[in-house]
Amino acid sequence: MRFDSLLDSLGRTPLVGLPRLSPSPGVRLWAKLEDRNPTGSIKDRAAFYMIEQAEKDGLLTPGCTILEPTSGNTGISLAMVAKLRGYRMVCVMPENTSAERRQLLEMWGARIHYSPAEGGSNEAVRVAKGMAAEHPDWVMLYQYGNPANARAHYETTGPELLADLPEITHFVAGLGTTGTLMGVGRYLREQRPGIKIVAAEPRYGELVYGLRNLDEGFVPELYDESVLTTRFSVPSDAALKRTRELLENEGIFAGISTGGALHAAMGMAAKAAKAGEEADIAFVIADAGWKYLSTGAYEGTLEEAEKRIEGQLWA
Amino acid sequence: MAIEVRIPTILRNLTGDAKAVEGEGSSLGELITDLDKRHPGLQERLVDDGKLRRFINVYLNDEDVRFLGGLEAPVADGDTVTILPAVAGGMR
Repeated sequence: MRFDSLLDSLGRTPLVGLPRLSPSPGVRLWAKLEDRNPTGSIKDRAAFYMIEQAEKDGLLTPGCTILEPTSGNTGISLAMVAKLRGYRMVCVMPENTSAERRQLLEMWGARIHYSPAEGGSNEAVRVAKGMAAEHPDWVMLYQYGNPANARAHYETTGPELLADLPEITHFVAGLGTTGTLMGVGRYLREQRPGIKIVAAEPRYGELVYGLRNLDEGFVPELYDESVLTTRFSVPSDAALKRTRELLENEGIFAGISTGGALHAAMGMAAKAAKAGEEADIAFVIADAGWKYLSTGAYEGTLEEAEKRIEGQLWA
Repeated sequence: MAIEVRIPTILRNLTGDAKAVEGEGSSLGELITDLDKRHPGLQERLVDDGKLRRFINVYLNDEDVRFLGGLEAPVADGDTVTILPAVAGGMR
């Protein structure tokens, strides 16, 4: 496959079957390899769409500074597109994220502003909103509320899935900004009435939720409950276990949040198999495991790895 | 047998610092009413105007109860209910 530039190669990622993890011949699991995007994650799609839209709207002009609360993949994707398009990039991220992320962001030219670990991403969002108010000339694309984030998936990820798997019965993905699930979910619901759209939400250790005030929680503006069939909370131990099973059984080296999505996908698969139904369940490999090696998630026993990632944001 | 309810740190002042408490009921709403008898104030922090508060997530055996009928969601002995504050997630 030949493309004029890196950005032109975005998307059109492979969909691969998981014959060993599928519970029966009639219930099949499929993985969409989003780590095969230019910077190695599904976030390249949203980053590209959000920047293109901001350019069309006249918000972004050469030399502009982009500001975003992001602890990783979105920042890396935005920094790459920003570099190629001539923008400066500032990321606000919690201080307890992995060393690889910081190095990658800096390599692609982003400046990093740290927010306190205790507040997690909620705090990063709050800090970024404050910085945006102080610098009115900076452009915050705001992935949690930017319709171009969901539209990227409505226009690309969704149609790709349907083209490769017309018989799709379930779509499962991690729930963060909710962009993937909202975009793909809306598209597939239009094309395949009755399809099940399933969210896998990471459940962290207590440190992450500890100081959270119940009246100041966070629900992304993009989130529309009616697009989902259901939503699962996946604890870190289950996500880790599935991440390893994916490598062990199918040879796929994925990030930990993918283990969470696989956990929900396998739950739906077991349910279908038990009910004697046919199913084609597609889920998203959001990124590969490289960026998480320093967390210790891939070393030693599962119990050791669980201890190491306690208190870390793994998705 | 009863229903186990996991309490987030922020609400443990109402449960004498217990991480998990037990209760009964045939629906989530009944369970919360039952818990409120022993842990007064819990219901008010979770429910507003007959609905779960916006920034509270409640999971029944890891599934979001908003997709299972909300406060009407049927619960049974042996189930695990987890209460968590809504967060923005991690590495986005």
